[in-house]
Amino acid sequence: MGHERIGRRRLVVGAHYGTRDFIVQRATAVIMAVYTLILVLYAVFVPQLDFESWRAFFTFTVGTLPLGQLLATLAFLSLAWHAWIGVRDIWMDYAHSDGLRLFLQVLTALWLVAAVVFFGQVLWSL
Amino acid sequence: MPNRFVFSITYEAIMSDSVTKPRPQFRNLGLKDLLFGIKQPPAAQASILHRISGALLFLALPVVLVPLFAQSVQSPDTFASMQAWVANPLCKLVLLVLMWGYFHHFCAGIRYLTLDLHMGVDREASQRSGAVVIGVALVLTVIFGLKLFGAW
Repeated sequence: MGHERIGRRRLVVGAHYGTRDFIVQRATAVIMAVYTLILVLYAVFVPQLDFESWRAFFTFTVGTLPLGQLLATLAFLSLAWHAWIGVRDIWMDYAHSDGLRLFLQVLTALWLVAAVVFFGQVLWSL
Repeated sequence: MPNRFVFSITYEAIMSDSVTKPRPQFRNLGLKDLLFGIKQPPAAQASILHRISGALLFLALPVVLVPLFAQSVQSPDTFASMQAWVANPLCKLVLLVLMWGYFHHFCAGIRYLTLDLHMGVDREASQRSGAVVIGVALVLTVIFGLKLFGAW
């Protein structure tokens, strides 16, 4: 990231939170899109889509590696991180009072952590 | 406290000659004007729908989507109760809205990724792709909605 001079003196630097979030938003989007497409292809081409085959998508293993659970976990963590950035952007755009924005952001974080824990607990107890 | 949503747009008459009709002027747009007063171009519509659909999916995550997922994978019994839940017309309506949300968010997201790659950034192409995104999401919603309501 190059530092840009605005005018003669002003050197704009920063911690690049924005750049990181920009990249993360897109990387997590690609991860979720790929996972979605794989899931759709599986649902279309599996001979019989029922409880057993549906569950198997999330529980299949390669040797002792619980690959189905790992992939689902990665996809869900991508979802949570993506949602955090997106919803935080909404609060930053519309909630202008610092107190209100902080409150909403904390609520958002709790909401997402609850979803992650809930999902992880379900997934890893299969 | 002044409304922070308020902003101003002025359409200037670009060609001073041969302008017979006065250009519309909008000043201090409020939410009502944004919703009902001016017609947003397709790219703007796709954009705000991207935000709305994302917020919907976020809200539904721990209260609808993860519970449904849990029921669908835990045991044959919970799978059956998930199916019974989905059979309820009201729940189908909720799922229909969430399906639209997912389709729109997905399609609009792909559009943003292509824009990031500098594909289709000129005005005509980006407006067209915005309209396509809205349309494709609606078509997908109809197709899978018909499936959801048992038409195929």
